[in-house]
Amino acid sequence: MAEALPTASTAELTQTSKAEDRVSVAPNWKLVWWRFRKNKLAVISGILLIFFYIIVLVPGFFATQDPEKTTARLLFIPPQGIGFFLDGHFMSVPALEGQRDPVTLRMKWTIDPEDRIGVRLFAKGFEYEVLGLFKTDVHLFGLSDPGQADGFYLLGTDRLGRDVWSRLMYGTRTSMTVGLIAVILSVVLGVLLGGVSGYFGGVADMIIQRVIEILQSLPTIPIWLAMTAALPRQWPPTKVFFAITIILAFIGWTTLGREVRGRFLSLREEDFVLAAELSGASRFRIITRHMVPAFMSHIIATSTLAIPVMIINETSLSFLGLGIRPPAISWGVLLQEAQNIQTVAQASWLLMPGLAVIIAVLAFNLVGDGLRDAADPYSH
Amino acid sequence: MTTTNSQPVLGIKHPVLEAKHPLLEVRDLRKYFPIRKGFLRKTVGHVRAVDDINFFINEGETLGLVGESGCGKTTASRCILRALEPTSGQMLFRTEDGNVVDLALLNREQLKPLRSQMQMIFQDPYGSLNPRMTLFDIVGEPLLIEGMRNRRQREERVAELLRLVGLRPEFMQRFPHAFSGGQRQRIGIARALAVNPRLVVADEPVSALDVSVQAQTLNLLLDLQKRLHLTYLFVSHNLSVVKHICDRVTVMYVGKIVETATSQALFARPRHPYTAALLAALPVADPRVKTGNVELPGEVASPAHPPSGCYFHPRCTYCIDRCTTEAPAYREITPGHFTACHRADELDLAGMA
Amino acid sequence: MNHQQPEPLLTIRDLKVHFFMDEGVVRAVDGISLDVYPGQVFGIVGESGCGKSVTMKALLRIVETPGRIVSGEMLLRRPRPDGTVEVVDLAKLDARGAEMREVRGGQIALIPQEPMAAFSPVHTVGSQIIEAIMLHRDVNEREARKMALQQFRDVGIPAPEQRLDEYSWQLSGGLRQRAMIAMALSCNPLVLIADEPTTAVDVTTQAQVLRLLRRLQEERNSAIIFITHDLGVIAQMADYVTVMYLGLVMEQGPVDKIFHEPKHPYTRALLESIPSIHTAPRQDLPTISGSIPHPFNRPAGCPFYPRCTKYMPGVCDQQTPALLPVGEKQLVSCFLYHGQSQEVANMEVTA
Repeated sequence: MAEALPTASTAELTQTSKAEDRVSVAPNWKLVWWRFRKNKLAVISGILLIFFYIIVLVPGFFATQDPEKTTARLLFIPPQGIGFFLDGHFMSVPALEGQRDPVTLRMKWTIDPEDRIGVRLFAKGFEYEVLGLFKTDVHLFGLSDPGQADGFYLLGTDRLGRDVWSRLMYGTRTSMTVGLIAVILSVVLGVLLGGVSGYFGGVADMIIQRVIEILQSLPTIPIWLAMTAALPRQWPPTKVFFAITIILAFIGWTTLGREVRGRFLSLREEDFVLAAELSGASRFRIITRHMVPAFMSHIIATSTLAIPVMIINETSLSFLGLGIRPPAISWGVLLQEAQNIQTVAQASWLLMPGLAVIIAVLAFNLVGDGLRDAADPYSH
Repeated sequence: MTTTNSQPVLGIKHPVLEAKHPLLEVRDLRKYFPIRKGFLRKTVGHVRAVDDINFFINEGETLGLVGESGCGKTTASRCILRALEPTSGQMLFRTEDGNVVDLALLNREQLKPLRSQMQMIFQDPYGSLNPRMTLFDIVGEPLLIEGMRNRRQREERVAELLRLVGLRPEFMQRFPHAFSGGQRQRIGIARALAVNPRLVVADEPVSALDVSVQAQTLNLLLDLQKRLHLTYLFVSHNLSVVKHICDRVTVMYVGKIVETATSQALFARPRHPYTAALLAALPVADPRVKTGNVELPGEVASPAHPPSGCYFHPRCTYCIDRCTTEAPAYREITPGHFTACHRADELDLAGMA
Repeated sequence: MNHQQPEPLLTIRDLKVHFFMDEGVVRAVDGISLDVYPGQVFGIVGESGCGKSVTMKALLRIVETPGRIVSGEMLLRRPRPDGTVEVVDLAKLDARGAEMREVRGGQIALIPQEPMAAFSPVHTVGSQIIEAIMLHRDVNEREARKMALQQFRDVGIPAPEQRLDEYSWQLSGGLRQRAMIAMALSCNPLVLIADEPTTAVDVTTQAQVLRLLRRLQEERNSAIIFITHDLGVIAQMADYVTVMYLGLVMEQGPVDKIFHEPKHPYTRALLESIPSIHTAPRQDLPTISGSIPHPFNRPAGCPFYPRCTKYMPGVCDQQTPALLPVGEKQLVSCFLYHGQSQEVANMEVTA
């Protein structure tokens, strides 16, 4: 019955295709990227976010007026909007007609869609600094002929005559940066403390866990109230800005810390960690080379989802007057202008920064979800 | 049908009488895990995972460590490598330069240079390789930790190791996800051999593999042992595999050793009722030989609440009064054949042909 | 165990189950046929990727997307209340419909691999069995509990009254497996599918479970489809064996013939490669060269040809051999024995 079968030669004969070759030498981040790419919504949101962050780098380029400039005469101008290929101009805005109200003596402005004023790309406007390196006065768009009109108000003006669009640009810089920095700080705190808790266990673990529990059981808004009220009133806006960031980070790290701790606890039991220990690897090497990379993609995904939370936190705080205060500009500060129902009824375009918040938060959530699905090793 | 096969294995004719070179000797090893209850985490009892065991392995031989779940074989093997800290007992290891050290007494610093002499092969081919590292990183890591900083040198050595286990050196840049279970197990073996160990603890190395791949892997392990003069501690629950690859076998039950003998002696004529039961339960791949006719009643005892006297007595067909009160001594009944049973001398137990 | 009944209880004809993934189509089961007779223990044996689990899932219509049954029929012959026999094609039923749900548990029951995973940890084992009984029988809870108690006694669970009210995690591995068997048998199914029922338990517990299954099967004359990769267990349990590889049947036959007169090179190679009491210790085992290919890289023609020592170039790599008789009650799909390909055999059947 039994024929003498040849024993297997030890050389493994695997014929692989080119595609398989590519996959087999692909490190994890590449695999995650390939999976992420398939999610169209996430990719589009990602591009949108990149665009947002370009604005963060050079808000002055995208602004049309000086965001601080107040003009008593130009209050509550409605949004002009841009039209294309009208009246002989490539880009143009409708002219503004002002009428002085005989009773209140205030200027009331209306749009005259028939009369159009030319607008061009890369126009000259007010001077601004780029990344603190050099000054320039070139903007993305502006009036073709500066003398023709008072100014170009894409989204109208507010109660002090300031251009809403330009303020939105500068507000974007603040709001998007605060969220990012706060999350980075949270991640550092969360990974550090969560890691210590999970890897070393024992007394350190117990203490850190109790701290996390206490922090999480504190009611957030009163705490914010207390902490921001404790900030000295005479601090310059930038200092307040950083203080807010640090406060947000100190409260926001706990969820991440718990997750990191859980990951460390489960990773400690993995065979490949034991194998490294048996080879004599130092604790440091095991943590940095084996454990941290194992959950890095998950951390990135979770952090991306934490940024919109931070943005909304900052917007809410500043809206209530507890966060960033004027003259600094953020989306929350801009929305403060829209607190008064009369103002909103008269000048609804002041709610535009709300739209910016919605778009940014949605985009971050879609990207974060996409990253999380792509990084999840069990999803395929 | 008895076998009188006294085929010499690797030149060692009688392991015990000529125990000139035991590589490892374990004496009175214990590992207890505390059971903690209550808010203040008070210790209310212990799980006696390993409960006073004694065995030795000769240089160049393969000792099988066999038992069912909860018997303590995995715990014992991890204690030897100091992945777990033993509660008490000695683990005497003969180092390269001929000295005998007690592994249980060494601190981290003293243990570090000895790590390269003892390595482990794991059961799970999917969990034992870091998915984020290339083969070069995985197999080369022990070399790097040892001090081989030159990358070119490491590449050469890794290529040599991969060839040794039957994998193409070009695969060095690939990640584990590109390989099958059997191939991953080979990568794990290559990693274990990187620093030229003398003792290799193989923890169920073929249990998670397909049948046809098991054979390939076992052949590889045998081949490597001959070439590199390795000593294996082969932990497994699969008796057919153990019979095939081991020179001597130790059977454990609920933290204690019940029998140790050469593979031939154990399978031909076991001296402990538990061993006999294990052999009887083994399904034989021959429909004309019906096994499983003798059923072992009850369940495996819990190491947290072991029975009194002999731990096996509640399930033993040959139990007498003495077995319920007095734990049997682990003694040598014929040369090289140890067992812990009060009735070992009088019982005539059936083995496998 | 008389498997000479004229009518098989379950017939699978040319079943194909394919998985439609982004990277391509995995033909997990690619045209298998088998007949299971009442009172028979039908063993399906194979390595990973052979399709045995997918076959089981197809029978119960629980194949998860992106997989689905592409073609083939699964005919179940079941008795009607009036005594006659009806034949229903499970492949044609709505997987989520009421009729299929009646079949599941009522006529075909499953003993899964992991009893821990199969029981809900938040309900007592008793309540789960009673629920199953009440779903398929027209009884009230008290009667269902009595029936559950009887099932527990039948499978040999000590102190059944207490055990009914315990949770699955309170039971030991062996008892949990018995409870699982009790649940599967509670509605007297025609066919019991045992999916690797002893892989996760110890050797001594395995012996107990196998003995129990044999006893129950003899008592109730039900059919068992026993799926495993362990050739030893198959030799002890099965009457009739099917050997699968990469979604196709390589060989089928009575257990004695398969183990003592294997015809297919794969069967032979598999039997040779397992260490047993007959193989010389510490010698190299004969192995099958190469390894199981990735499901996307299925070889054309006979799936085993790249690893076969009897490979005939120009024949085995061109067409898939048909499963045809070779000797009494033994079937093999190999060009060594037949010159016919699967397509030709199919044409002859439909002609």
